[in-house]
Amino acid sequence: MALPTGKVIGIMADNLRKRKNVIPLSAKKSTAWAEGLNLPRGGETVIYTGLLYQLMPGITGLAAKMASYENSFMRHLMGMGRLANKFINVAAFMGGAKPAVYKEYNRILRNIACLLQKSGVEFGYLYEQELYTGALLHDNGVEHLVKKQARRIWDVLQANGVKEVITTDPHTTNMLRSVFPEVIEGYDLKVRSYLEVLAEVAPEATNPLNKELVIHDSCMYARYEDVIDEPRQVLAKAGAKVVEPDYAGKLTWCCGGPVESLFPSKSKKVAEERVSQLAENGRQITAMCPICVFSLREAAEKRDDGTEIHDIIDHLSEAYCLDK
Amino acid sequence: MYKIDADFVEAVSHSDEFNANACMHCGNCTASCPMGLELLPRKLFRYVVVGLEKMVVENAETIYSCLLCKMCEESCPADVHIAGNVKKLRNYINTKYYKL
Ligand code: SF4
Ligand code: SF4
Repeated sequence: MALPTGKVIGIMADNLRKRKNVIPLSAKKSTAWAEGLNLPRGGETVIYTGLLYQLMPGITGLAAKMASYENSFMRHLMGMGRLANKFINVAAFMGGAKPAVYKEYNRILRNIACLLQKSGVEFGYLYEQELYTGALLHDNGVEHLVKKQARRIWDVLQANGVKEVITTDPHTTNMLRSVFPEVIEGYDLKVRSYLEVLAEVAPEATNPLNKELVIHDSCMYARYEDVIDEPRQVLAKAGAKVVEPDYAGKLTWCCGGPVESLFPSKSKKVAEERVSQLAENGRQITAMCPICVFSLREAAEKRDDGTEIHDIIDHLSEAYCLDK
Repeated sequence: MYKIDADFVEAVSHSDEFNANACMHCGNCTASCPMGLELLPRKLFRYVVVGLEKMVVENAETIYSCLLCKMCEESCPADVHIAGNVKKLRNYINTKYYKL
């Protein structure tokens, strides 16, 4: 039996309205990844994480809970959950994760920033002023709140004199590059994903990978943002041989992740199908979105045949000796 | 027998964000959908265009199950903005039924 759609979206909407995020996150957790990197505060060009990697421990914890509620009596309690959530942060009780999980996602962001620095790119960071873009609510059609969030973010960017952002995932790229211009008049931010930047400026790898990697394109990058060649160029510089599955580039197959919070079982079925398609071409798979990595990895682990899913930055870290 | 709701047609079908009139019911979208959504978008958009609000709302689960992955749009000969239409329907249901 499906989860109550309106109630689940309602909790996310209330959080964005009240707590500026779909799952509230402390400033400390949002910015921990940048500790010790000495990134300047603000500047004309900034890295913009949109908090998606930082939210992943909470999102995945919540997804696991939702999956267990999907076919249990607990789904009937979602209405009460929404009511309680107006006063206390219910997600904090539902979606906690172990410190190691936070560390793992922080490491990914650190490595993205380090590789950009190593490639000679200069950029700052907005630290605790950075906000989640509202992508989940945009997908679910809660447009009035997305507009508000876009306005908040645009105000922060303008107040800091930001002209260009380098994004770290496809969903944040799409929101900042394609969605916000439609809802804010005069919005003229230059937005590039770190993969687009690296395709232009990354040096040759210090430790070429010399291995085959099966590529999984994100729907958001491939079909919404036309980011298809760049990850391939970056992987080629890293010394990898990119293997194309049957469904690749513009015709990539979704990982199932977008409906994970509402329909966990349906989401898992799509992920399993996708991993089967990818694994036909090799066991080492590279993906470029935290949601894809999570969904596909879960499905790959069930196969128990050595199929491994990694974030593209993990492969790049190996090629450029990062991973600090 | 379902009632045709003119306000619904006005609110959704005639809005700028919804384009389904060009749909020629070829079925390419259904054939290419990773989610295997039988109903979306052919029949569903037809319900919208002719104003069968009740049929649309009864299919809310399908509407919220769409991945918005746009695989269908790659093979749509009529250039229907399928994912955008789905979002518009979600927006309508959120506002009117879920009071979000
Ligand atoms: S956007 Fe929705 S209808 Fe189209 S292929 Fe993806 S899941 Fe299916
Ligand atoms: S592919 Fe396009 S034209 Fe064909 S049925 Fe689907 S929406 Fe209609």
